[in-house]
Amino acid sequence: MAVIDLANPTRFLNLVNRVLPWLVAATILVFAFGLVRVVHAPDDYQQGATVKIMFLHVPAAWLGMMGWGLMAVAALGTLVWRHPLADVAGKTAAPIGAAFTFICLVTGSLWGRPTWGTYWVWDARLTSVLVLFLLYLGVLALYWTAEDPGRGSRAAAILALVGAVNIPIIKFSVDWWNTLHQPASILRMGGSAIDPSILIPLLIMTGAFTLLFFTLHLAAMRNEILRRRVRSMRLMQAASA
Amino acid sequence: MRISGENLACSRGGREVFAGLNFSVSSGEALLVTGPNGAGKSSLLRMIAGLICKSAGQLELTGGDDEASLAEQAHYLGHQDALKPSLTVAENLQFWAAFYGAGHETVAPALETAGLAPLADLPAAYLSAGQRRRLSIARLAAVKRVLWLLDEPTSALDEASQKRLAELMRGHLAGGGMIIAAAHGPIGLDRARELKLGPS
Amino acid sequence: MNALLALLLRDIRLNTRVGGGALMGALFYLIVVVMMPFALGPDLALLARIGPAILWLGALLASLLALDRLFATDHDDGSLDLLMMSKLPLELAIAAKAIAHWLTTALPLVIITPVLGLMLNIELGAMGWVALTLLAGTPALTFIGLIGAALSVALRRGGLLLAVLVLPLTIPVLIFGVAAANAAITGATSFGPAFTILCALSLASLVLGPFAAAAALRHGLE
Repeated sequence: MAVIDLANPTRFLNLVNRVLPWLVAATILVFAFGLVRVVHAPDDYQQGATVKIMFLHVPAAWLGMMGWGLMAVAALGTLVWRHPLADVAGKTAAPIGAAFTFICLVTGSLWGRPTWGTYWVWDARLTSVLVLFLLYLGVLALYWTAEDPGRGSRAAAILALVGAVNIPIIKFSVDWWNTLHQPASILRMGGSAIDPSILIPLLIMTGAFTLLFFTLHLAAMRNEILRRRVRSMRLMQAASA
Repeated sequence: MRISGENLACSRGGREVFAGLNFSVSSGEALLVTGPNGAGKSSLLRMIAGLICKSAGQLELTGGDDEASLAEQAHYLGHQDALKPSLTVAENLQFWAAFYGAGHETVAPALETAGLAPLADLPAAYLSAGQRRRLSIARLAAVKRVLWLLDEPTSALDEASQKRLAELMRGHLAGGGMIIAAAHGPIGLDRARELKLGPS
Repeated sequence: MNALLALLLRDIRLNTRVGGGALMGALFYLIVVVMMPFALGPDLALLARIGPAILWLGALLASLLALDRLFATDHDDGSLDLLMMSKLPLELAIAAKAIAHWLTTALPLVIITPVLGLMLNIELGAMGWVALTLLAGTPALTFIGLIGAALSVALRRGGLLLAVLVLPLTIPVLIFGVAAANAAITGATSFGPAFTILCALSLASLVLGPFAAAAALRHGLE
């Protein structure tokens, strides 16, 4: 089925209704499998069992970035190709991506606490994720304050594209900023060489979380389409009185 | 009850809009203020409402509530509708009713009078310009005040709504109220005296 | 009293609905505080020392910039005219709007202060006291700020004029707020005196602000 076929919201809704139960089942299965592998994975000789936060932290980081990438592609769809459902895809990806970014920040903070002695250090990687989180909050603020879904979507699409271009620049500057000052401790997240006994569960959990992302995303798109239909009906009701 | 203005003068932005103006309206009477653009119709209404200062003259309301100021006994319907788009139609009217001390049981009948009852739960953002005008007119029906100051009340209203407004105004006058309205033409008040502003 | 309550509830409702400014103040506060280390460097010791100052400056800017729309929307849609024509004195109406604004804009700010304090390496035991100084001081910022908001509506000028007018007036609040916060952290000076003066400033502004703002609105809207 070509992307253009999905342009019709009704057909899209039918597709989602058929696919969603399978996605949910797949997500649960992969999670179950992954969690078993996580439990059997070895502890780190320095950090002990807390290293297993990595199995939540790393997928969350990846999904935070993937979320923004998805928003950028959706933004192109809205502004350039004018795909009718592109703005719905972008709008619904934002909260999910923001949530995963937030989880990444919190788990990173908790993970680093035993090593750093504080809940937060301004190291390059965490700070970059923090800036990403602030950008997400900006996009969410745009969506939230726009009363007309159409106008808010176009503004947010522009912001998503500007952010996508800017994020590598921000990351570079933050890395450079961090080298100006010698950090007190160097946290090796995940270690320099990843042993397969850690890598395989990590990949499985990443896959599981990605499936979760798409499940939530499709369900959210369905809700947003229905919400817009309700709004159109109310507008028609107002116009006829 | 009677409202009278004597020797009123008004200046806006350094320019004198009108001077030496006299008028008087008693219970059950209506005054229609006409004149070209810039003659000061809106300024006169705002002056009576207490929203701008008069540069000369006196305004007096006799026979009303002695404890209350003129503004507290008047309704002002200006060019804007004073509606909040994120509140529903009903919520908008409920606020004004509560703020002015009218009971919340006045809201539903007022919405009926304005023909907006089926739209009560819709956000005010969804209303057309004419419907918004009707909602601010509904405020006049919900809160009882003796003097109505109406600035071009029929703008944006269709014929059916204009008839509803005319009926509302007749009812108000029959109950002993007073109306001072600014307009470019007739607004449905049959026996209104006319006050012409502008270069004479 | 019913009119005051109706106005208070309406403004809270407006601020928290779509398009309102409820969490925007807290978001701006978050961003300003996060930006400080980029300028200062990630030295945790330094950040801990000037942490309270960063938090207070962020709260000050966030409260002030959010006040821009306090009277502007009511003025633009004609509600301000109608608010002036009721039995409720304009001063009380303004106070009601300011309280609603504080509840929806400044209070979230105070609530996220502990999280920001974590990022600035302020010690956990003192975080509560720092947040308390903000809780006591942000009403002063709001009520002094609304004088500028009223003036900028009356003069039909935008955002930065408000900040230029009001920031000098908030200097005492800033001084005593940071002093109280620092006292709580270092213990070098006593927390009580600075905090009490901070509360006094807030209480005084609760009275001064609405009267000045009402005068500005009445004379400016001629």
